[in-house]
Amino acid sequence: MSDGVLTSGVQGGLFAAWRAMLVRDLTLAMRRRADVLTSLFVFIIVVSLFPLGVSPEMSVLRGIAPGVIWVAALLATMLSLGRMFADDHQDGSLEQMLLLPHPLSMLVLGKVLAHWLVSGLPLVLLSPLLGMQLGMEGEAIGLLMVTLLLGTPVLSLIGATGAALTLGVRGGGVLVSLLVLPLYIPVLIIGTGAVDAGISGMDYEGHLSLLGAFLVIALLTTPLATAAALRISVE
Amino acid sequence: MLEIRDLECVRGDHRLFTGLNFSLQGGELLYLRGSNGSGKTSLLRTVCGLLEPTEGEVLWKGGNVRSQRDEFNAELTYLGHLNGVKGELTAFENLQLGGALSGLAVSEDDIYHALERIGLGGREDLPTQVLSQGQKRRVALARLLLSQASLWVLDEPFTALDVGAVDQLAKLIEAHLQKGGMVMFTTHQAVDIRAGAVREVNLDALDS
Repeated sequence: MSDGVLTSGVQGGLFAAWRAMLVRDLTLAMRRRADVLTSLFVFIIVVSLFPLGVSPEMSVLRGIAPGVIWVAALLATMLSLGRMFADDHQDGSLEQMLLLPHPLSMLVLGKVLAHWLVSGLPLVLLSPLLGMQLGMEGEAIGLLMVTLLLGTPVLSLIGATGAALTLGVRGGGVLVSLLVLPLYIPVLIIGTGAVDAGISGMDYEGHLSLLGAFLVIALLTTPLATAAALRISVE
Repeated sequence: MLEIRDLECVRGDHRLFTGLNFSLQGGELLYLRGSNGSGKTSLLRTVCGLLEPTEGEVLWKGGNVRSQRDEFNAELTYLGHLNGVKGELTAFENLQLGGALSGLAVSEDDIYHALERIGLGGREDLPTQVLSQGQKRRVALARLLLSQASLWVLDEPFTALDVGAVDQLAKLIEAHLQKGGMVMFTTHQAVDIRAGAVREVNLDALDS
């Protein structure tokens, strides 16, 4: 077998590999629908507890709505992090992934995108309903969706690094919360800040630019960190 | 082609082996011997690049594998203790996605043919989690049939296989060697593999 054939086949294969990773993880998520639905229901239930626990008064709920929905989104994302690499680690697929002739960080990006499509995007799509439940106005709901659309990918990206770092560690699920939640704080502050600013008629473009900047930085840095953590986890 | 230079491996506080040297050319079979815990798996994982060597280096075509990771990986197939087979996916899907991930042009016919040959004909569309241990192993072995890699690193490939499958795998290894491929493997079973050049590395015989 000649080297030329092999290398040319592989170079053209990065996109194919990336797509295969995405298809694979989406198929796996479809076959394990219960896992996906659990974190979605947590999102809905946590938000629904607030009218019961705090006050059914619409004026009170309207004030806390962006914060409540954002915190619930953080919790739901956290719950879904566990399955990102754990199964692959256990059945040996992760080893095979590390031995693929492609940059690992690119494959990680494919996995994170699959995770976001399954665990992040549904939160964005559900948020208007929950916003209405807490008495938010139309424009504020739109703004909430935009902040979640920019913010949830950041949560998935940072979460991937946390999940990779805690692979194979006993009690990894709790540890990942301790690692990742502090890193989610800036996203939470800016995300809810944007909606609050919008509600009180102030300028919120700065907040959205900041969220966008977070997303770009996370896209550039976290796949590399995740890849490094994955290499350590199989040692 | 593959050359191991002054390799040392330390796990925890325990030094498994040190000063290990050998090389492997096209068409050669390397039979790795050693008692339990002598570092066979660690050596194979170090060669693949899953473990970083404490000392020494692994060379592929004269260059350190670390500096040509993607090129090396394209020519490497590793079969470890874990099958790397997804239980929720069917045998067919496992091979199809595996092929796409490694950047190989594998047609559907190739996959059906490989599964047929490895003795899984008629079970292509079952989720692999309902298959037996030996059948799951066969799905992993079917990867070897589709692989275009020149270096096969097999860690105890015969476990969980029945007599027929052991025979078949031995033939597969022979055919690969005849095509000029390289195979490194370890086993505790007595298996008859006819190969032109067999090298043996015994980890128990090294003083560490």
